[in-house]
Amino acid sequence: MSKLNKKIYMVAGYNTVSLGTGRNEFHPKKPRPGIEHYVEEAGRKTLEMIGGADNVDECVVGNFMAERFNKQGHLGGFFPMIDEKLQYKPATRVEGACASGGLAVVSAIKSIMAGTSDVVLTMGVEVQNTVKAIYGADILAGAGWYGKRKDGHAYFFPGQFSDRAGAYYEKYGYDYAREGMGRWFRNAVENARLCPTAQEHHNKTPDLDALYKKLKPNGKAFVDNLNVLDCSKVSDGASTIAIVSEEGLKRIGIPRDQAVEIVSFGHKVRNLTEDPPDLTELTCIKATAMEALDSAGITIDDLGTIETHDCFSIAGVLATEALGFAAPGEGAKFVAEGNTARGGKIPMNTTGGLIGWGHPTGGTGVHMAVTLWEQLTGNAGEAQIEMPADKPYALSINMGGDDVTVVSVVCKKA
Amino acid sequence: MTYEERLQNVTVLGAAGKMGSGILLLTAVEMADLMLKSGGKSKAFVLNAMDVSDEGLAGLIQYLRAQVLKIAEKKMVVLRTMYHDRKDLIENSEIIEQYVNDVLSVVRPTTRLEAAYGSKLIFEAVNENKDLKVKIFRQIEDNNEHTPWYFTNTSSVPINIIESEADLKGRVLGFHFYNPPAVQRLVELIWTNQTSAEVKEFANEYAKNLGKIVVPSNDYAGFIGNGHFMRDALHAIKEAEELSAEMPLPEAIYIVNKVSQDYLVRPMGIFQLIDYVGIDVVRFIMGVMNPFLDNEDLHSPLLDKLFDTGIKGGQHSDGSQKDGFLKYEKGRPVAVIDPETKQYIAFDSFSGADGKIGAIPDPAIVWKSVVRMKNKDEVLQKFYNDLKALDTLGAKLAIAYGKRSNEIGKALVADAVANNEEDVNTVLLTGFFHAYGPINNYFD
Repeated sequence: MSKLNKKIYMVAGYNTVSLGTGRNEFHPKKPRPGIEHYVEEAGRKTLEMIGGADNVDECVVGNFMAERFNKQGHLGGFFPMIDEKLQYKPATRVEGACASGGLAVVSAIKSIMAGTSDVVLTMGVEVQNTVKAIYGADILAGAGWYGKRKDGHAYFFPGQFSDRAGAYYEKYGYDYAREGMGRWFRNAVENARLCPTAQEHHNKTPDLDALYKKLKPNGKAFVDNLNVLDCSKVSDGASTIAIVSEEGLKRIGIPRDQAVEIVSFGHKVRNLTEDPPDLTELTCIKATAMEALDSAGITIDDLGTIETHDCFSIAGVLATEALGFAAPGEGAKFVAEGNTARGGKIPMNTTGGLIGWGHPTGGTGVHMAVTLWEQLTGNAGEAQIEMPADKPYALSINMGGDDVTVVSVVCKKA
Repeated sequence: MTYEERLQNVTVLGAAGKMGSGILLLTAVEMADLMLKSGGKSKAFVLNAMDVSDEGLAGLIQYLRAQVLKIAEKKMVVLRTMYHDRKDLIENSEIIEQYVNDVLSVVRPTTRLEAAYGSKLIFEAVNENKDLKVKIFRQIEDNNEHTPWYFTNTSSVPINIIESEADLKGRVLGFHFYNPPAVQRLVELIWTNQTSAEVKEFANEYAKNLGKIVVPSNDYAGFIGNGHFMRDALHAIKEAEELSAEMPLPEAIYIVNKVSQDYLVRPMGIFQLIDYVGIDVVRFIMGVMNPFLDNEDLHSPLLDKLFDTGIKGGQHSDGSQKDGFLKYEKGRPVAVIDPETKQYIAFDSFSGADGKIGAIPDPAIVWKSVVRMKNKDEVLQKFYNDLKALDTLGAKLAIAYGKRSNEIGKALVADAVANNEEDVNTVLLTGFFHAYGPINNYFD
């Protein structure tokens, strides 16, 4: 199903700053740029890199809830605002909660495969600091089933993943699990410090482990089993990348060593109205990543880096188990031992991931694609990692809701 | 009568004022929470917001709505439980809106004192005028058949005087909130020899439910908070007046204000604090306290002079600071009054004054950072040891100031206003946000 019928490439990635608490320039009480600003900045930068809007056949934007965060629907209509040469070209907005960005990538891939386009300007955007967190929680709860909202936590999604963390504590031990989750947090911030657009780039906390240990989960103030450091923050941001065919690559005149090849992708959904079969497993992530790896004809041993959806630290730990790097219950140890840190066995989220770089929900899937493109083409700046010659592949896992919509992409240097 | 029954019909007098509005807010939230916890609509909870000003009451409702919204947003986790049975309320925003409406539905704004005739508890936050308080309480007593309890927010009038003059026999208690009541965690509770155990018990429970820190204070004019503040202020005025032998008075005021903030490591300078409380209020409280004090004259001709020329400090209705000893721009002091000419003289023109004060031992030691330090005792001890080694005007003024503050604090205990030194320190730490209590060894 997800076998590619032709060569497909990603080029010219760009991330805006992930703006929100933690950034020096963020002021909750001062006016901030609107969604148009992010669409324009991210779109324009990629267009500059690919020789202008003339070269674009089609545009797609992933976004989760602009209707509620920004009182704005119909985001496809913004593309001609970026450049008048996009006027009267096709543009589509796609949505799958926090996997909306991943769906934008999939949508572009399918259009290339279908032959309807050779160059797709692919964007993900979300601007969420428009409302206080307590109301943002209502909006983001839309990624779950509304039928369960009433019985959910005030902070609905932290509540969902708090339940997962609680189940993991129960099964494998609280202190043991917190070791792994705390290390996941430290890795995220340390990586983000190397990336100038990351929300935690300005984080100067000298001892992240001590801070993490000090903030005990407290159900009276927040959720039972997570502290705020276990959670990604509220972010404004956009990311863009061009997804192109062989034809398209020639047209935009970008050298091949500045492109990455999309080798395969996976895309699955799990029933939104059902609870996860096991709180300590991410079954849809597992199935989707396996589909992508199988289609690529590779195993996890061929992966040199991974961008995974750590909206919560526990999701990062569980992903190591879902992917098979660690046996069930061993993920916390795998992370605590530094295997997912840069320089570890399998560096994950090298610019900070959702906890460190930021989580503009509908933009995250495209941000992952941009990060992998940066790492594989030597464009990651201070955050650059060395890709081992025998592990040339990179994988992304973008999740919407509680393991409901998942998109996974495998790529390698072109 | 249970706690809940006592709170079923309450009146706040002076509800549109600075203190009254805060007391009203906290009480409305507490009453609404009781109503919601009791499951309901069967019991009516009534909170009369009585004030003589129609304009004030109109603004009060706006204030309440905005404040209750903030409170609701902060306690969303609890609210979801409280409204669990309301199947129609699903999102946080829907529950918050309902909660704001439920709290406001308890409040009945009125300009008529008659509203208090049906109340079981009266909160009084009218002007700091003993005769007015007594007159109002008498009028309610004569018309209210519920033998209500009276909680007065007076910060200076002895409670036993109110009790005897209004003939309230153990049913009155000093419930002294700090400004602003919704934010400040301290309350001083003051009772008389007659105050009944039930009244005290209720007051403690109510304060606890509001999340307040209670410090009992004995029934002497000014209690602990103003007992310290008024004398502290007079010390500052005396120091400034003495300095003015060598320099213009405005410069002396500038110096004492700066030393009391930077060297004493306080949240604001003493003259700024007087302005914040209000020159009129400070002068008035001294006037109330003075007749009850032997061997001491709490009075300042300088305060009288400013008051007579209409310079009063305090806040505008939007909460911004009015000019007093100091002139304010965007909430920050920028100039000092010359009491002779009534002109403000810009801080900038005192460039020589900072030189006269001399350097501070460690510029990093500022109130904002010290209050958060875990080892602040150690840090402050070092700071003041260093300070004592300096032969500067600033160091001398600061040490004299610290010693005087210490002396005032100890006298409050010796005079049995406070039960112990810890209570004095708690009041200054929590009610005045000082980084350290006045009773310490830093200045020995």
